[in-house]
Amino acid sequence: MTTAVSAAIDAVRAGMGDLLEPEENRFGEAWFRASPENVRIVMERLKSEFGFDLFLDIGGVDGLDRGRSNADRFDVVYSARPAESSERIHVRVTLGADDPAVDSVSHVWAGANWCEREVFDQFGVRFIGHPNLKRILNHKDFVGHPLRRDYDIKKQQWLSEPDDLMDEMEKERAASAGEEPNECLLINLGPSHPATHGCLRILVDLDGETIRRSVSEIGYLHRGFEKSVEQGTYTHVIPYTDRLNYCSSVLNNVAYCRTVEHMLGIEITPRNQAIRVILSELARIMDHMVCLGACLVDLGALTNFWFLFNEREKIYEVIEALCGARLTHNYIRIGGLAHDLHDDFESGVRGLLRSIPAALADVYGLVGRNRIFLDRVVGVGVISAERAVSYGFTGPCLRASGVANDLRKDEPYYGYDEYDWDVVVGQNGDTHDRLMVRFEEMNQSLRIVEQALNRMPDGPVNVDDKRVSFPPKEDVYGNIEGLMNHFKLVMHGIVPPEGESYVGTEAANGELGFHIVSDGTAKPYRIKVRPPCFMLFSAFGELIRGGMIQDAIAVLGSLNIIAGELDR
Amino acid sequence: MSVETVVPFVMVLIAALLPLSLLPVMIWAERKVSAFIQDRTGPNRAEILGIRLGGVIHAIADVVKLMSKEEMTPARVNRFYFVLGPFLALFVPLVSFAIIPLADSLNLGGTVIPLRAVTLNVGILFVLAVTSFHVYAVVFGAWASNNSFTLLGGLRSAAQMISYELGLGLSVVGTVMVAQSLDLGRIVEHQGGTLLGFLPAWNLFLQPLGFLIFLVCIFAETNRNPFDLTEGESEIVGYHLEYSSMKFAMFFMGEYIAIIGASAVTATLFFGGYQVPYLDTDFLRAHSTGVLRVMLVSMGAICFVLALLYRRYHRRLTALYHDRRRNEARMLGGMMLLMGLAAVVALLFVSPLPEAGGQVVVAAVQMTTLLVKILVVSFFFIWIRWTLPRFRYDQLMGLGWKVLIPLALLNIFLTGALLVFSGRT
Repeated sequence: MTTAVSAAIDAVRAGMGDLLEPEENRFGEAWFRASPENVRIVMERLKSEFGFDLFLDIGGVDGLDRGRSNADRFDVVYSARPAESSERIHVRVTLGADDPAVDSVSHVWAGANWCEREVFDQFGVRFIGHPNLKRILNHKDFVGHPLRRDYDIKKQQWLSEPDDLMDEMEKERAASAGEEPNECLLINLGPSHPATHGCLRILVDLDGETIRRSVSEIGYLHRGFEKSVEQGTYTHVIPYTDRLNYCSSVLNNVAYCRTVEHMLGIEITPRNQAIRVILSELARIMDHMVCLGACLVDLGALTNFWFLFNEREKIYEVIEALCGARLTHNYIRIGGLAHDLHDDFESGVRGLLRSIPAALADVYGLVGRNRIFLDRVVGVGVISAERAVSYGFTGPCLRASGVANDLRKDEPYYGYDEYDWDVVVGQNGDTHDRLMVRFEEMNQSLRIVEQALNRMPDGPVNVDDKRVSFPPKEDVYGNIEGLMNHFKLVMHGIVPPEGESYVGTEAANGELGFHIVSDGTAKPYRIKVRPPCFMLFSAFGELIRGGMIQDAIAVLGSLNIIAGELDR
Repeated sequence: MSVETVVPFVMVLIAALLPLSLLPVMIWAERKVSAFIQDRTGPNRAEILGIRLGGVIHAIADVVKLMSKEEMTPARVNRFYFVLGPFLALFVPLVSFAIIPLADSLNLGGTVIPLRAVTLNVGILFVLAVTSFHVYAVVFGAWASNNSFTLLGGLRSAAQMISYELGLGLSVVGTVMVAQSLDLGRIVEHQGGTLLGFLPAWNLFLQPLGFLIFLVCIFAETNRNPFDLTEGESEIVGYHLEYSSMKFAMFFMGEYIAIIGASAVTATLFFGGYQVPYLDTDFLRAHSTGVLRVMLVSMGAICFVLALLYRRYHRRLTALYHDRRRNEARMLGGMMLLMGLAAVVALLFVSPLPEAGGQVVVAAVQMTTLLVKILVVSFFFIWIRWTLPRFRYDQLMGLGWKVLIPLALLNIFLTGALLVFSGRT
């Protein structure tokens, strides 16, 4: 679990005491408060002096229903950490209800650009000096800011005019005026283009086949996840998380439940840990298989798709036998699991351990030294380590740029440090490295699964904690405490203590963070997801500039943009 | 009517109908081979009275589907070229088949009757000219569709085909130099006999470099993976994006006929055409009765084996299901049995053949040989498609201009030098 006792945080406490006021955080995280006029200088110094170069997230919280007045209604929370460690810092800025505005920090971290747009879109907070402050997830003609507590969710809006994106494109064109003499051809890649799996739109300006500039539009799959989860209890959130990165839904379950467990101070049982590790790593393998398979199809190598998806199908069969669902598993519970493993689970996973390496070897044999493949991906879509952390890259895409950062190693949870495995690191940050890092990560995940399976402890899967777990049935029927406990859990649900917490988990695409604000009731006051894809896709324009259309397709495939998580 | 007038007529028919009748086979092979490569079953559902032929019936289902689909013509297209495109795409590859010698010329009492639809002494040039015409089909269709994606496809196609035409043309020059003729008939005749006593004297062995260049270029000419940038469905969705129904199908039929045509040209130029390895025409003609007997015996044997297999299949189906699927085993098994019996009966009545009859038998054997070679090369086309990724546009151009053309020139130089030093000129 995160602790505030760390060198970088202490340095901030000592060095920026005048600008940052430490906040009490009952979960042991490093939260600070800054005044709005200091945001720019604080962030610049945090990055340059204290090494918080990896941008994590900017999230908003509307305090209307938790006793905030008009003068301090909105919180904007900035999160960052050093690239090679997990010492996160969270800085809160409080703004008034009347035209909330704060300085933009998009010049400090490239990733802040889109995150500020999101806060603007959802809360109506203006960011002064932002290069392109417009809506990002909601439609351009949308009225109101949906994540404000007083937004009427039953109000329906009829939005029919698509955004032609020319306002952004004209800006881009003006920025590079005079670079090339040729007239460019505008082409929309997406939203329904064979290579934009999910639903994305990229407007590209083509000079021949060369992409001079591009503008992306997202939000086609925006379904108000963060608003929906404010309506139910903490347990109700779990099935929603399945739909974030639907290629590896167990990982989303785990990331969410870890955060709530952290807030409740619950340590899950060893057996539960091992099961979660096995399922997480299988989910990671599936996610990487989807990424590699789809990317190779887009490169024209169709057969690999079946080689990988046949194995993915076998994993799905094992998971289907476990929880009855194939895509949205909804298997993890706060403090436990929906139920224990079934008897054939172990033999099923052993079968996977035998068959997956063979399939990976087949695919590697087809593409690993294939000259056409290498020509297509080596040196394409290169991003330096410095730019990658500035954009907030995490996971395989960051490791491909040569940053050995993996939360499973940096802040080991579920006993990841007890397993024998390696962090896979690339060198050049190009498409090839991004794909090959994923390739090798599958092998490492298999190692973890095998070890976890070998040392699977016996015992209960649910914690013995009255706040989250149902009491045994004999207690429910036999004594009043058990009955009351059962009643409270069913009728009210799980109630974390009041406060704010951010926990990051190493999901298949990178750090999947949940920033949960609890007001001490059974309903989450606010849940902000830090989706790794969002930061990855915000760098897309930079990655494909100057390349060809086919490079853009290859880069898109290697980033593994999952629209469910991107748009929420 | 004399033989001299009937034979060319028959040859034109064969040249037109052979690729068309191979078309469903190619579509079937594409699906089944890809399924085999990808650990899948492939199509096996469409049936007529229980007859599925391992998925061939799907071709009929496709035709019905495509014919009955709504024909959409987008607004603001150039209708003339929009319609002309698919027609050219289907027509042009068919024409190239006319020049392929299907078997050695008949020689009836001094009258030589060539067994091909069109006899040209500049056959190779005709092939190259017709192949390059294919680019018009794509460019017309792509440009007339009035769509940015198809326009990109058309541009890619124009650049790609013109670039690879150069390599293609240069790569066959070596073959022409070896055979000392532009006539495809002469080139095939030259490939009879053996090299060093054990290799068939195919241009494949005489011109290995030329063959490789030719193969790469012919892949690019037919827009097949790894050179299917024109279609590039994951990038620009393809030059035929705006086409629907039969017009769309015509592009696809054209593509497959182009593959068959390209296979035929490859087989003719480099795999000895109609030449049966180790058995030249004179030998076959001298032993025509024996050849006929061998053919009948092998045909009978194959039919009996198939009949036996169908019988077992029928038993298995009877044990498992009681439905129309058994019809297939019953009917085809019966047919095989009848054909096998017919072969046996014919074998009993074979008497020494007259001169003309013998030549016709040999021609049939040679046509079959050519067909087998065409199918093998076509299989190679399919195999490659499901194995390799796609090139990038600039890499494709680089390969064409910077690698293939210099290599082709080198090949011409080497061939010429060898011919001069070995005193063949």
